[in-house]
Amino acid sequence: MATAAAHHTARADGLTEADAAAYEAVFDAAVAADERIEPRDWMPDAYRATLVRQIAQHAHSEIIGMQPEANWITRAPSLRRKAILIAKVQDEAGHGLYLYSAAETLGTGREELLDKLHTGRQKYSSIFNYPTLTWADVGAIGWLVDGAAITNQVPLCRCSYGPYARAMVRICKEESFHQRQGYELLLTLSRGTPQQHAMAQDAVDRWWWPSLMMFGPPDDESAHSAQSMAWKIKRHSNDELRQRFVDICVPQAESLGLTLPDPQLRWNEERGHHDFGPIDWTEFWEVLKGNGPCNEERITQRRQAHDEGAWVREAAAAYAAKHKGAGRAAEGHARGVGGPSADQTDESGEA
Amino acid sequence: MTVTVHTAAALALGDDALVLSHRLGEWAGHAPVLEEEVALANIALDLLGQARILLSMVGDEDQLAYLREERAFHNLQLVEQPNADFAHTIARQLYFSTYQRLLYSELAGGDSEFAGLAAKAVKEVAYHQDHAEQWTLRLGDGTEVSHDRMRRACEALWRFTGEMFQPVEGLEVDRAGMREAWLESVADVLRRATLDIPEGPQSGAWTAGAGRQGLHTEPFGRMLAEMQHLHRSHPGASW
Repeated sequence: MATAAAHHTARADGLTEADAAAYEAVFDAAVAADERIEPRDWMPDAYRATLVRQIAQHAHSEIIGMQPEANWITRAPSLRRKAILIAKVQDEAGHGLYLYSAAETLGTGREELLDKLHTGRQKYSSIFNYPTLTWADVGAIGWLVDGAAITNQVPLCRCSYGPYARAMVRICKEESFHQRQGYELLLTLSRGTPQQHAMAQDAVDRWWWPSLMMFGPPDDESAHSAQSMAWKIKRHSNDELRQRFVDICVPQAESLGLTLPDPQLRWNEERGHHDFGPIDWTEFWEVLKGNGPCNEERITQRRQAHDEGAWVREAAAAYAAKHKGAGRAAEGHARGVGGPSADQTDESGEA
Repeated sequence: MTVTVHTAAALALGDDALVLSHRLGEWAGHAPVLEEEVALANIALDLLGQARILLSMVGDEDQLAYLREERAFHNLQLVEQPNADFAHTIARQLYFSTYQRLLYSELAGGDSEFAGLAAKAVKEVAYHQDHAEQWTLRLGDGTEVSHDRMRRACEALWRFTGEMFQPVEGLEVDRAGMREAWLESVADVLRRATLDIPEGPQSGAWTAGAGRQGLHTEPFGRMLAEMQHLHRSHPGASW
């Protein structure tokens, strides 16, 4: 618990104005001192709301993000790749679970958040509205999409809200593992047959720009940025992170033997960064509004899985109610997480 | 010491694991609850790991998985059955994981070429069986709807269960004893789930050891077409 904020863990209901100001001052001091805010600490309503929105959207992205990759599980071209891909999609479900738990510490239940996802009241990352058309897309997602996610998320490990920061530490470890696997998949294709090389190049061509859009709108159009940075939820601006990502990717593309689809991409000696071409923000906003290539399919599949699973969840609840207090029955249906063979994830990756 | 690998036995066990793993992989993104996304993928991965070891005992795992045609696969017809609803998937898991646990327990105690694999796999399979049992209880003894679905699933898959106890060349196990233990275990779970043991025969005209002999059901060919398509489209490529 943040030491400064620990003095004020009471709920803010019924505070006088003077009390509220005092709480706010303690909160601000804790944030300024880089202390972690914990679930029982007082926090401004807007801070809570921003975090719920961001963490939920992050959780939704993990869950929807399973779809474009799961699309290739049944067609993976080797058993080793298939194992890696299943492990990865499994990790994403796990990340979703961590993140929903983190969001729940702020007082909003998973059911409510899922409902908001299903009814379009909360968003998920725009990147997952693009289709995976070839096997190489699985590699491009690992290298570029996970790479962009890591660039975004590593600073979140120092986010002012403790439960979110701790979830990000665990998630980032697994994400960087996935990213290396994606890179290695593309490298194998790039050095493979001419058809495989072409497949890899085509995938990078299609995923490059959408990956750059993952950092969000430019700084001057980003609605939540200033406040999030003041609260130390966010540590760097969208454009800063995007630039960092481009600088990381350029040499990696070179060693992959693949090109990036941007004729304006070149090293700028003076800035010490790569210059790059303009992003198609019209496309970005269209995808965000629901008009991307797969928005409809993604949300329909998610809703369908949820609706068709209703009878299963009802059965588990009815059983739990009947057998209340009967020992292990109370464990419910959550056994999958961290089961005895959860370490398989790493094994299959290294195989 | 040289260990003889009995090709027929390794293929039978390897194909079971490969095919069931594939079916479970189809659930990704479609499970009724997030925890089940994790659990079903977890089981799929365990099985795929077993399949890779078993197929590698016979030859190149990818050649065997991707370049054999339907008639050359020796898996049980049970494991190739489509996922259908969650109850069918759970019934299939209950029947198969109970069998696999008995089989691997016995193999782990022996000195066949499968002893090492079985010793590791039996721990995974114990988890699979527990998962299937827990869900059988919840669906059977949950709501009226879930009870009905679970009952129908158990009945629909029953006729594929006899095949598990057909002889396989090179697989020296006490099949009669295993069959008895299997029935006892499954009957106990079904009873606790307020379900009856299905009444029909455990094999039909097309299921008495047929999968083991390369005779499969219709959905299997489509499953293989999807699984093998990409690999076959790029002959000789590495992935």
